[in-house]
Amino acid sequence: MIDLSDFLILGAVVFSTGVAGILFKRKNIINVLMAIELMLLAVNTNFVAFSHYRGDPAGQIFVFFILVVAAAEAAIGLAIVVLLFRNRQTIEVADWTELKG
Amino acid sequence: MNFETIVFYVFAALTVFAALRVITSRNPVHAVLFLVLAFCSMAGIWILLEAEFLAIALVLVYVGAVMVLFLFVVMMLDIHLAQLREGFWRWLPFGAVLAGLMVFEMSWVLGSSDVSGGKAVIKHAADYSNTKELGRLIYTEYVYPFEIAAVILLVAMVAAIALTSRRRKDAKSQVVPEQIAVRKADRLRLIRMPSEKHAQEKIDSTAEAAR
Repeated sequence: MIDLSDFLILGAVVFSTGVAGILFKRKNIINVLMAIELMLLAVNTNFVAFSHYRGDPAGQIFVFFILVVAAAEAAIGLAIVVLLFRNRQTIEVADWTELKG
Repeated sequence: MNFETIVFYVFAALTVFAALRVITSRNPVHAVLFLVLAFCSMAGIWILLEAEFLAIALVLVYVGAVMVLFLFVVMMLDIHLAQLREGFWRWLPFGAVLAGLMVFEMSWVLGSSDVSGGKAVIKHAADYSNTKELGRLIYTEYVYPFEIAAVILLVAMVAAIALTSRRRKDAKSQVVPEQIAVRKADRLRLIRMPSEKHAQEKIDSTAEAAR
């Protein structure tokens, strides 16, 4: 029998992997976006697990909305990346310092 | 150890492996492909949790659309692989310690206490449809959030197009404000001139000459 805590620990491991990914690969903005996707996936897994074990489908509705927002975020984020690359010919985070005072 | 447990551990191991490869692989294309693997195996775990609609939506919408968008962008951009490795080893100890600490803390909290509250998992009837249940909830109880989600997607679409569309330099287009602001005096000039005398005779005489 699989416990709820098994799913939650799996979510915790994937979430921490995403956090570590943001730190490891911070040179490249695309890798940062991918790490954010991993973290969203882990959070969604927690929602689905709670929804299953509490017998309440509201958690799955919430995952649906998170997927919508994540898709919008990915689309706009990649559009910004393409725009920045077109203007600066680089996607390294360290090179974008226009807003530095 | 029944079949369900084996399936869970296989998919969980695949997910964690793919997630680790996402953050460690050198090539961004490989990272995106491992992210696809992570999403697919997580969809298997969601099916184990009886969230069939979301699992299918994750594979179809997320892997099929969003990850392909990632792949397009990664392949479109000219990324120098050598430069991307810089800073990896510098941040590895900090990131590993942080991630390990987070896993330890969360496992401690979640593993020690009985978070499920001692309630037995509700067994659904054989004709229970997860998709039908979600659809009923979305279109009744959550109809306003659903409409807001639609607006968010529309705004994201407009924003993505507006950000990345490049206007042609030689494109011809209407300038609507100028068209609206135009006045009669800008376009029409009334001149006063004396009328010609014997105009008809002149035309006749030229016609005679031409003949």
